[in-house]
Amino acid sequence: MKTSPHRTNESYIQANNVWQEYNSHVVLERLNLQVKAGEFCTIVGTSGCGKTTFLRLLLGAEAPSRGQILLDGEPLAAEPDENRGIVFQRYSVFPHLTVLQNVVLGIELEHSWLLGRLFGVARRRAEDQAMAMIEKVGLAVARDKYPHELSGGMQQRLAIAQSLVKTPRVLLLDEPFGALDPGIRADMHNLILQLWQESGVTIFMITHDIKEGFHLGSRLLVFDKLRYDKQAPEAYGASITYDLPLAAQRNGILNEINESLAETAQYQRQAVV
Amino acid sequence: MNQEPTPALGVGLGLLPFIVLIVLYLYASDLRLSENPNDKLLPSFTSLGESIHRLAFEENKRTGLVLLWSDSAASLIRLITGIGISAMLGLIVGVLNGIIPLVRANLSPIVAVLSMVPPMAILPILFIIFGLGEVSKVALIVIGIAPFIMRDLAQRVVELPKEQLIKAQTLGASTWLVIIRVVLPQVLPRLLDAVRLSLGTAWLFLIAAEAIASTDGLGYRIFLVRRYLAMDVILPYVAWITLLAYIMDWSLRRLTQLCFPWFVGGAVKT
Ligand SMILES: Nc1ncnc2c1ncn2[C@@H]1O[C@H](COP(=O)(O)OP(=O)(O)OP(=O)(O)O)[C@@H](O)[C@H]1O
Ligand SMILES: [Mg+2]
Repeated sequence: MKTSPHRTNESYIQANNVWQEYNSHVVLERLNLQVKAGEFCTIVGTSGCGKTTFLRLLLGAEAPSRGQILLDGEPLAAEPDENRGIVFQRYSVFPHLTVLQNVVLGIELEHSWLLGRLFGVARRRAEDQAMAMIEKVGLAVARDKYPHELSGGMQQRLAIAQSLVKTPRVLLLDEPFGALDPGIRADMHNLILQLWQESGVTIFMITHDIKEGFHLGSRLLVFDKLRYDKQAPEAYGASITYDLPLAAQRNGILNEINESLAETAQYQRQAVV
Repeated sequence: MNQEPTPALGVGLGLLPFIVLIVLYLYASDLRLSENPNDKLLPSFTSLGESIHRLAFEENKRTGLVLLWSDSAASLIRLITGIGISAMLGLIVGVLNGIIPLVRANLSPIVAVLSMVPPMAILPILFIIFGLGEVSKVALIVIGIAPFIMRDLAQRVVELPKEQLIKAQTLGASTWLVIIRVVLPQVLPRLLDAVRLSLGTAWLFLIAAEAIASTDGLGYRIFLVRRYLAMDVILPYVAWITLLAYIMDWSLRRLTQLCFPWFVGGAVKT
């Protein structure tokens, strides 16, 4: 019996008929989605259509008015927790901590419920672990700098490192590169793709830049309203109107097919011998 | 507008108004004294100097204490106790008030109302409850400045970006850990700032309380010798109080810079 090496066919995140309403304002309606572990979904849509709201639902910062979201078959925890990391467009890092302290923080919070601090050997081990992550995002030279001494791109690198050091199962990115220059953005794209491939984390990334959406990730989700009433623009909510496989997914599938064929060929050869 | 003075010139320019003031004083004092050598309102520099020497370096024959120092010690202990208690209260109530909605709903209105009570109006109540001793003076300072610090800090906590609090939770922080690792360190420089801004008020209430009921202290002394029109005591005391207040202000500012290098120019930059 053979199973595909890195993808199970079960959906890892599942949104079942999710609605989100604020009083009479319907933001999301009839939203259904199945995402497998390790997918990289980019989300695009007009401003105010509810992308951030959807991310907040995934994060557990708020609960859907109707419907249900499952993570690995279980209903989502109702509060943000360590399973889901997040990077916002701004304010994701702590201004009173240096680069190293910002990344170590996640490890400290996990191991010291009383003081939220580690000392001695435990601290050095945590720092080594954090430094490895900091090197991956290319911030090693800035380890003792405070966020206000970093450029916007460096701050976002830091925010990503800070989230990934916890090895979350899901990484949520809300327009993480929206405030960056195009040149730096390209660097960040390479970085995030590389980190995604290395860690196998499931990513949801919101972007305003539809090209970015097409370039990155394995799947593109377009949020839009299916129905629109000019007299009452708030009466109907957005849902997912397009759900496209992207290059990375096709490459992924291509790899899978190749591996699978190679494996089968190998069995056949063994059988012959 | 764009011409920055060199550091030395800057100090010189800063000193100029002081020099002008002193010269004006000397002139006016001379004028009055030449009309009436017994005039007490603007004593000459020599009599001021003698009086300063007496106050600051000679022991009082009856008590064996040097007046200026014993008065300063008494006042500073009251002031620092009052400010310390206010800072602690302000920090605890302010942070809880700002971060926990349930506490905010409970405490906010009472803090808002309490901060409107004119402290001087309840000074008699304090004297009745706590007697004329140290407690009522410290209590007056606390009542005078703690509500301001509480409200200021609660506001600072509310102003922290929500993103930071959510981020901390995704890193595994409980409410307690969010408070001690994210909120508290970020409001500490704000606390020093709030304390610094309430120093003037604290001095005001201290001197008022000492003037009304006390047996020592800077405020007590000034109001005591007022009866004899002893400007040669009052003026050095006022100058001394000003100097103390200035040193406190300056040290708090330096302390903020030294302890919180990330707190740039009084604002968190991101
Ligand atoms: N807590 C809330 N209470 C009331 N309305 C809300 C709340 N949160 C979001 N909304 C509304 O939901 C709508 C969608 O907001 P959301 O932030 O999800 O949009 P978005 O797609 O992320 O937009 P943008 O691209 O501008 O970031 C907005 O009209 C907003 O006013
Ligand atoms: Mg948004």
